[in-house]
Amino acid sequence: MYGTGLLKGLGITLKHALDTFRDDSKDVPSRYADSIQLDNRRRIIEQPIDQEGLLTIQYPEEKRLLPERFRYIPMLIWDTQKNEDLCTACGICAKVCPPQCIWIVRDADENGRPVARPAEFYIDAAVCMSCSFCTEFCPFDAIKMNHDYELAVYDRYPQLVYDKEELTVPVEYYAALWPSQYAAEEEVRQRKEAEARAKEEAKAKAAAEKAKAADAPAQKRSPEELQALKEQAAAKAKAARSGGAAGGEDAEAKKARLEELKRKAQERAKQRKEQGE
Amino acid sequence: MSDAVAEAPVADAAAAEIDASLPYNNAVPGAVLGRWAEESDGGLIVAADKLIPLMTHLRDKEEYDFLSSVTCVDYSKYGGKLRAGVSERFDTVYHLYSTSKGGGHVKLHVRVPENDTVPSATAVYPGANLQECEVYDLFGINFEGHPNLRRVLLWDGFNGHPMRKDWHEAYYDEDAKPFKSRHPAKGYEFHEDKLPWGKNTTYPEGWDPEDWREPITYVPVSQAPGHDELGELDTESIVVNLGPHHPSTHGVFRMIARIEGETILALEPEMGYLHRNHEKIGERNTWLMNMPYTDRLDYINSMSNNLGLALAVEKLMDIEVPERASYIRIIMAEFTRVINHLWSIGFILNDLGALQTPALYAIEEREMILDLFEEVSGARLMCNYMRFGGVVRDLTPNWIKRALYLVHERLPHTLDELDRLLSGNEIVKARGKGVGYLSPQDLIALSISGPMIRAAGIPYDIRKVDPYCIYDRFEFDVPTLPDGDIYARYYIRLLEARESLKILRQALRDIPGGEVQGLPAFASATIEAGFGTIMGGRGGYSFRPPEGEVYQRIEAPKGELGYFLVSDNKANPYRYHVRAPSYINLNGLGPMSVGYKIADAIVILGAIDIVLGEVDR
Repeated sequence: MYGTGLLKGLGITLKHALDTFRDDSKDVPSRYADSIQLDNRRRIIEQPIDQEGLLTIQYPEEKRLLPERFRYIPMLIWDTQKNEDLCTACGICAKVCPPQCIWIVRDADENGRPVARPAEFYIDAAVCMSCSFCTEFCPFDAIKMNHDYELAVYDRYPQLVYDKEELTVPVEYYAALWPSQYAAEEEVRQRKEAEARAKEEAKAKAAAEKAKAADAPAQKRSPEELQALKEQAAAKAKAARSGGAAGGEDAEAKKARLEELKRKAQERAKQRKEQGE
Repeated sequence: MSDAVAEAPVADAAAAEIDASLPYNNAVPGAVLGRWAEESDGGLIVAADKLIPLMTHLRDKEEYDFLSSVTCVDYSKYGGKLRAGVSERFDTVYHLYSTSKGGGHVKLHVRVPENDTVPSATAVYPGANLQECEVYDLFGINFEGHPNLRRVLLWDGFNGHPMRKDWHEAYYDEDAKPFKSRHPAKGYEFHEDKLPWGKNTTYPEGWDPEDWREPITYVPVSQAPGHDELGELDTESIVVNLGPHHPSTHGVFRMIARIEGETILALEPEMGYLHRNHEKIGERNTWLMNMPYTDRLDYINSMSNNLGLALAVEKLMDIEVPERASYIRIIMAEFTRVINHLWSIGFILNDLGALQTPALYAIEEREMILDLFEEVSGARLMCNYMRFGGVVRDLTPNWIKRALYLVHERLPHTLDELDRLLSGNEIVKARGKGVGYLSPQDLIALSISGPMIRAAGIPYDIRKVDPYCIYDRFEFDVPTLPDGDIYARYYIRLLEARESLKILRQALRDIPGGEVQGLPAFASATIEAGFGTIMGGRGGYSFRPPEGEVYQRIEAPKGELGYFLVSDNKANPYRYHVRAPSYINLNGLGPMSVGYKIADAIVILGAIDIVLGEVDR
């Protein structure tokens, strides 16, 4: 019959309208079920995936709960314990930035020698494309993505060119926004620190033992022993000179190794230059 | 071999001895001069004067009926070794495919010295129309015999041809990123100091903007205004300008139509309002930097754009992708297809006058999928999720459960509901059936791809005929409809979305566990020791693919999305070309609209399903 298609369609729209009213007439509408109430009007809403009825959110009173990986504009992390920037001004973020919106100027000490810390750090938020490459490739966890998306200003310049002060946030803020990533990073940091400490301790211990060993037998060494040691050393040096660095590294073997490295580096540079041309 | 050929100028080709061992030389003597450097890729160097006979032969005898891509490379600053001997500056590249045989391409290269012309392929493949206009616009290569060669993306007052290697933009910084001015030198400049309000506009020589009047270009390639066929009422035809910025044009787009009464006699699309020269930016960028830029092409389908580029670079560098990452990619690409088709159905109806109601029902579901995208990638639209060699990080723990709910419960229900709401609707049928018809042969000849040709009964889907990624593992059908009209284009998208759900169900069922594959759970260089190496080693962000060129196409939701890349073993692509499906599908807009009413033209455009970010690039 002509017109049945139309009526069927109208039935579906009616059902949608009724669904909304039905959902809204509940004590707690389904979109508020998992929400966090901030005060009378303001809420943070996590929309359930099986939401029926009304799906819209009354922004700005109501806001969505953002997932941890949400990325907007980068922020710089301030280490509150050591009271310093985590950034070392290495410039990797400026290199990977696709629209090239990061400017860094490295700091210098009073003698003009560069220091591993940024003197100035700018991000042009009007140009930033929120790709988060800077955070992915930062080797110091010093730049991370902020979740703050309400950046509207009246003028693009200078408001949207963020300087170091505007970009810097304490590390606790980052830990709150990105809890699981922060925890993973913290774990890696602690592991590395523990390894470094263990290494240092081992080194100190070895040094102490060596000193002890060097101290103690030296007094007791008999002339025969000294002679034997001398012979050993001479044999070792001879072996090193004849090319085999089997008996550990003495000065000449090390020199040869460095020469070799230098030669390889030169070769590589030459190759690169050739490729570049 | 190619070097020897390169020495011989194209003009002397007839005099040179004909090499019968080269393909097609027996059929069209003297057409193929040699092979391009990568012989495995099947590139053939073709004499310019024999291009048309060879293309005719390929189309009629060898069934290569689909001209996928026409583009050009400017070899004036090529740094690699393979093509050091090339004396001609330009190289136009044609990729031909077969819709009946499927499978790989035939690639034709025509070398062009500066200020020389190439015969236009529109004589054989009318679909070369817009692509040749683009090459003319960006490279300044003249195509002899093109019916309407014009600047399609830029305006007539634009000085120079921007894709030439010696063309520099205003406030040109350097040829390649990263720019040295950013770090650690002092003397940085803000973009805001560089605002181009100043005197940075130059015009071509002898060209005065005051004198310029826009030419009325309303005669499309394959249609001439048929004035006499309209019957007794002899009215005068007028030119009507639709746009830029009609609300239904999906962006800043313009159609210039010659109408008689309400009937369209001829129609010409006019684009370029959103042009930002994506490809020039792509050549300044490093390989990795292009990934977020592809998000901005077809901004509804950023995941499939990512996938196309990732596959192209992986092909170039020969990288293996972990199994789990491949599955994740397929899941994302198919979710994207569902999003796109929902969106597209909603907006076809919008253009028909069903203002917002179906579109909003469709978009509700889209939001649910975007929630999933946001959770894994951090952004709803500009996902930037895929990388060369995988995806940037693993799924979140609860993700698959939520995705399963969507593909098993929510989305099938929605598609059924949209079907019930729209498919039987008498108004949709009356406005859609028989409107905007174009025969399958015409569609293929015009290089139109995607749901458009499947709605005309051609079962051509790259996922089936030329499988990429791991699509060959999934069972799905390629739905076709015989009608080739607006209604079929609407309905095919519904059917395809259902097939996508079928793939999604299989992929979500079969995806291997996280521990097996070891995808990084966090995108961070400090946590994952090997982070960056997955994308090609050394630093991850600046690697040099081996010299070569590659064309990778995927079945994007809107049609065939292709990436043509040329590497000269540098950290930046030497040539980066995007074969944008919605741009090339616009070839059909004029021919489809002719003979229908002006109100139908809006829907015909809507059913092509364009996104201006991709059309204008």
